Amino acid sequence: MLNEIAFYLAAAMTLAFALAAMTLRHLVHCALCAAAAFAGLAVIYLQLHAEFVGFAQLMVYVGAIAILIVFAVLLTRGEEIRPDSNQSSPSWMTGVAVAILVLGGITIPVFTSPSLQRLPPAAAVAPVKIIGQELMTRYVLPLELVGVLLTAALLGAVVIAMREESEVKRQIRPPAPERAEPEEATSLR
Amino acid sequence: MNALDQIFILTQRWLAGLAPASVQPLVKILLIIAGLMAVFGTCFALTTILERKTLGRMQNRFGPNRVGPFGLFQPLADGVKMLIKEDIVPFSADHALHFLAPVALTVPIWLAFAVLPFGRNMSAIELDAGILFFFAIGSASELAVFLAGWSSQNKYSLLGAMRAIAQMISYEVPLVLAAIPVLLAASSLNLPDIVQAQSGYAFGWAPRWYVFTPWGLAGFVLFLIAATAESNRCPFDLPEGESELIAGYLTEYSGFKYALFFLGEYLGLFAVTGLAVTLFLGGWQAPAKWLEWLPSWGWFAAKFSALIFLFIWVRATLPRLRLDQLLHFAWKFLVPLALVNLFVAVAWWISGAWQFPAALAIRWLLCAGLLAVPYVWLGRALKSGKPAQPQYSYAE
Amino acid sequence: MNPNLSHYLILSALLFSIGFAGAVARRSAILVLLGIELMLNAANLNFIAFWRYGANPQALTGVMFVLFSIAIAAAEAAVGLALIIAIYRQRRTTRLDSIDSLKG
Repeated sequence: MLNEIAFYLAAAMTLAFALAAMTLRHLVHCALCAAAAFAGLAVIYLQLHAEFVGFAQLMVYVGAIAILIVFAVLLTRGEEIRPDSNQSSPSWMTGVAVAILVLGGITIPVFTSPSLQRLPPAAAVAPVKIIGQELMTRYVLPLELVGVLLTAALLGAVVIAMREESEVKRQIRPPAPERAEPEEATSLR
Repeated sequence: MNALDQIFILTQRWLAGLAPASVQPLVKILLIIAGLMAVFGTCFALTTILERKTLGRMQNRFGPNRVGPFGLFQPLADGVKMLIKEDIVPFSADHALHFLAPVALTVPIWLAFAVLPFGRNMSAIELDAGILFFFAIGSASELAVFLAGWSSQNKYSLLGAMRAIAQMISYEVPLVLAAIPVLLAASSLNLPDIVQAQSGYAFGWAPRWYVFTPWGLAGFVLFLIAATAESNRCPFDLPEGESELIAGYLTEYSGFKYALFFLGEYLGLFAVTGLAVTLFLGGWQAPAKWLEWLPSWGWFAAKFSALIFLFIWVRATLPRLRLDQLLHFAWKFLVPLALVNLFVAVAWWISGAWQFPAALAIRWLLCAGLLAVPYVWLGRALKSGKPAQPQYSYAE
Repeated sequence: MNPNLSHYLILSALLFSIGFAGAVARRSAILVLLGIELMLNAANLNFIAFWRYGANPQALTGVMFVLFSIAIAAAEAAVGLALIIAIYRQRRTTRLDSIDSLKG
């Protein structure tokens, strides 16, 4: 009974926030609604007894990716200077139609398939110890590869988004003739 | 003394027994929630007045001493003041988010108290991955800081919020890395199991707490430094420093919302102190066999109070760090040291199999040396390679 | 009624289509990325649902896959956002129909 209420509440919340994230005007509101949708999904993972995944989802998606998106929105604030009257791309109707087709294509087999109606097996548990063992024995190669991938992504993101040195110097240092003034000021220190 | 030790559990069972059988689990949970809120709410009130008096004494003055005997009713006066203040919201602020931000900060932090073991059998929920739950909640509360800063539509607030988030994200890494050797030694993420792994006495008198090992001591210090920064406390309180940014992300909040932010900040401090006591100081265990007659929650409270006093002492003593100093400290000093600490913990664990007579002394020397050398070397390296003087541009 | 596998699959399908619609129909590059993240999340939910209600939950396959998927999604979001910031620095815009100078 409590299980049902938890599921329906979390599912409704997740869908509502996801819809809001994709339709609101202001980008920061979209990012915050998406963070709430991720949190709702974490609740659903917990309800499915996948505790480690639920907490990892909270930590990574809400605690890191949502903050990244918010920072990126703040660093690219062109939209607010000239407010857009039209937030959607020209072909949005086609996109929504294809999305509805995809939805239909996935849900119709779910409703009509006989093999999905079976009862759940005995409670599935994912103890952290077993996850650790699996990571170190069966999945050690993917683990190492993901480590290398994350390092490469981190370094790549920093390099791509880094400001060039010449660009910075041109902005904050005045050109040569005014060299006398800064030296005078430094001698007072 | 078993009854005194388990008095909260017995009270909860008796009170829940008075309710009809169908709602008993719900009543038990509600009793735990009510108890935690009452205890930590009182703790918050007490900490505010004790902090002001301690700071005052350390600065050679009395703290507040007008309102009650020795000023002990000051929190009541502060509470009444906060409640009757006018709630000013800026005109161009985002009203819904401005309202939600204090709530979004405080609610996840209350959740963090659910996994801490306050005494024998006294943790509200026993989760298989309890410590991960704790860190996940901590990272979820960073968005609330952003909400507060951004919804005020004030440049100072936004700047303060950005700095606060940068600080909190940077110090989350040493916090988690300092806790990992403990998980290694206890081989569990379950907090009551970690407390149980620190039970027993070596040579009959020395408690087996993790703080009494070289990696545990270093980890404890690292954890406390990172915890100070995570709660935005001095010397890491640049986001709310009055001389820097008015009040940072709290600028546009008045009255009860401001009080909620402070509640959230102090509760975060309490939660992370509770975690430090659990991970490194042996949780609710007594330091000596003949002291075990004091109840377990009493020992937890004593260690907890000692750590809170330590935090207040550090606040009174150290000056504030600038933002770039803060971030350099986290990434260039604490993270490498935390990684070295992890290796030292593994070395300690592997050398635990040595059986010859002076093994303990040699292990201590080896592990302490493995820690001290990078510490000194990093400190020297970071001090000498100072960047060039920052270029100032003046208004022409 | 008690949620069973089909409920989770329908929730996942709805999330996927919402993310898809958002990614295709919005102009801002950041919102496209957000839609992609929602789609990844929907797929993760699918994996966990099949792990829970599937044939062999002891093998933990679904859980491991989702853990790696979360890590890869984080890496992808970081790089994608860095690209968006770099493009913004050059073009002063994040609207996708202003960044189409390679269009034939």
